[in-house]
Amino acid sequence: MDGRPEPLDRERDLRERVSAYPGTLTYIDLIRRNKAESSLLIALMILLGGVVGALIGGAIAMGATGRDLAISATLGGVAALVVASLGALWSWFGGSNAILRMAGAVEVSRETDLELWNVVDEMRIAAGLPMPRVYLIPESALNAFATGRDPSHAAVAITTGLRQRLTRDELQGVIAHEVAHIRHYDIRFAMLMATMVGLIVFACDAFLRGVMRSGVRGATRSKSGSSNSGGGAAAIVMIVLALALAVVAPFLAQMIQMAYSRKREYLADAGAVELTRNPLGLAGALRKLADDSEPLVERANRGTAHMFIMNPLRRDRRAHGERSSVFSSHPPVRERIARLMALAR
Amino acid sequence: MNGMVLALVLGALFVVVLLWFIAMYNLLVRKRIDCDNGWSQIDVQLKRRYDLIPNLVETVKGYASHERETLDAVISARAKAVSVSSDAAHAAEKGRAEGELTSALGRLLAVAEAYPNLKADGSFSKLQEELTGTENKIGFARQHFNDVVARYEESRQTFPTTIVAALFAFQKRDYFTVESEAERAAPKVSFK
Repeated sequence: MDGRPEPLDRERDLRERVSAYPGTLTYIDLIRRNKAESSLLIALMILLGGVVGALIGGAIAMGATGRDLAISATLGGVAALVVASLGALWSWFGGSNAILRMAGAVEVSRETDLELWNVVDEMRIAAGLPMPRVYLIPESALNAFATGRDPSHAAVAITTGLRQRLTRDELQGVIAHEVAHIRHYDIRFAMLMATMVGLIVFACDAFLRGVMRSGVRGATRSKSGSSNSGGGAAAIVMIVLALALAVVAPFLAQMIQMAYSRKREYLADAGAVELTRNPLGLAGALRKLADDSEPLVERANRGTAHMFIMNPLRRDRRAHGERSSVFSSHPPVRERIARLMALAR
Repeated sequence: MNGMVLALVLGALFVVVLLWFIAMYNLLVRKRIDCDNGWSQIDVQLKRRYDLIPNLVETVKGYASHERETLDAVISARAKAVSVSSDAAHAAEKGRAEGELTSALGRLLAVAEAYPNLKADGSFSKLQEELTGTENKIGFARQHFNDVVARYEESRQTFPTTIVAALFAFQKRDYFTVESEAERAAPKVSFK
């Protein structure tokens, strides 16, 4: 602590310490990556929708002959393509408002909560972004999230519980974490991801339920029609594929979503320190968040859980302090705090 | 025939190099605009502080009118800071004037601690939060300015963009630095 360095040295020292991203990564690389991956995700969403739709269409017409089968599969594919495209469009333009509405968030103005407004303003100035909309979620549970499609259409939301429990420095840390998500374009990726996973889970679920109900009837029908062997074999291949996909796809989609989400949480923590230059604020807030066990059940679901600063769901909370699994949306909080404290040395 | 192939290859090469030059030039211009913008963001916050001070002084006067000296110091420091031009050429002078204003404000708020009635006044506590927020925003706007200057300077000085920067005379930008220790700590004012 002795031998105080010159001011400029200290500034440089701090600058090096807060470039907390792994390797030579900067937030500009993160933006580029998130934009590219968002475009890829939209393409994948539409493509996957088409394939799932074609398989479902084919499976529905499984007793039919070759030509009818082809028509049914095409129809299913086209229908799913349309739904997936609409889903992508919807999440692009209306997704963030839907998420805020679902969370029961109430917009805050400068006059209603000056301190919160100021803290958000401070952090967006540090990041060089336009002012996002600010929301309060009237809940005693401790949580916060950011959403939107880009920094000009962004919003940050915080529960009243968290708002009241934090000191100004800690609040600044939490808001910096959310502003970092906005700055990195995590919000766009997360929203598209939530829409895609939601669509896949919904489609596969509906399909499996449909098969359960009509399975027996369909099976007998296919047996009677097995004389025209070509179409029957193709139909059986189709339904087996569709079933396998319907079972595996939701898990796979969620696993990918959560892997992405965990990585982005660490990076947003690092980005928050770059903005506040004070790792202790966010570390203190995370400690308070970790001690809180109240879930946000009615305000979040598995589709939106990954957007929050802490997993809002009860069944996933236990894993928090302990270890990470492929299905957890957030890294273990102890590990997050440890990484922040390493920056404060 | 051979001559034509050569001409085509050279032509293609020229187009590629030209496109690269255009891209790098635009990159440098964008980063330079970021610097200008970052600088004007500091100004926005400094002006906001000038606007807050008369209100603050009036409110304190209502409860502690005999603290003439401290109040006058704030008023004159504000007047001095306003009078210094905020362009980059006067950066050092402006920084000094702003630093004096910050410490005068600090003394005023320290004085205010002794007046419970003043502290209980709703409009005073609102002004306090306004002032904390504005001091912080000044600090973060300066931090952001230094960040964008660092990125501009990195592009300007590293190969290969440095070729484009030298050809089109992209000027060096200076970091915002503060002189005194007291001033360094200024944006971290806390009233709690």
